[in-house]
Amino acid sequence: MRLEYFQLIDRIVTLDLDARTLKAHAQVPQTSTIFEGHFPGRPLMPGVLLIESMAQASGWLIIGLTKFERMPFLAAVRDAKLRTFVLPGQALTLTASLIHEGSGFAITKAAIEADGKTVADSEITFRMMAFPDPEFRASMEQVATAIDFPLAAHG
Amino acid sequence: MSSTFDTVANIIAETCDIPRDTIKPESHAINDLGIDSLDFLDIAFAIDKAFGIKLPLEQWTQEVNDGKATTEQYFVLDNLCARIDGLVAAKGA
Repeated sequence: MRLEYFQLIDRIVTLDLDARTLKAHAQVPQTSTIFEGHFPGRPLMPGVLLIESMAQASGWLIIGLTKFERMPFLAAVRDAKLRTFVLPGQALTLTASLIHEGSGFAITKAAIEADGKTVADSEITFRMMAFPDPEFRASMEQVATAIDFPLAAHG
Repeated sequence: MSSTFDTVANIIAETCDIPRDTIKPESHAINDLGIDSLDFLDIAFAIDKAFGIKLPLEQWTQEVNDGKATTEQYFVLDNLCARIDGLVAAKGA
């Protein structure tokens, strides 16, 4: 994870288009300027970033399912639960599953596990739109390559 | 078995916290009930699930934006329910 750059997914482990699920890995850094303020002397992974990381895992799932033709934008977060503290250095497993693909929107369930326990989960709604321009899509493809997005799903 | 309108009105009432008795067949979801596009996604999700269909929201929005249709054609509840019935019938055909 590079928290300051909002790069919250390190590696996509599996993308199952039939089951419409994705699993990803993320390593919370030991140090970050964010931890200097959250909180001084007691660093904790901010809950909003855990929610964002679930959104990013879900987003990559949607990009995979739509073959890089649609860009998901976060629209709603429902029943977000932050079940325990996440600390610097922890290894996280993120999962996302599609529960509904509507016309122009999609809804996922996402969760984060650490040490085999669920630390956060939520239901997330996205608006799906065409990429606004080719450069945007190209930049997302670059990120996809960096996080081992499966090329077979790339389309 | 409840009518399409009753199902849709109940979904709207529950999703948007709108008193059920204010939701009429002639109500315009946007202009009369004040439902915004994000809330309508929740409604569409519930309608899709309840009827086993996929409301073509993108197509409708495009038609309205292109001036080929009015919002009344899709978002007055009577008309919306007729569209839902049509989609359900097409699915079963």
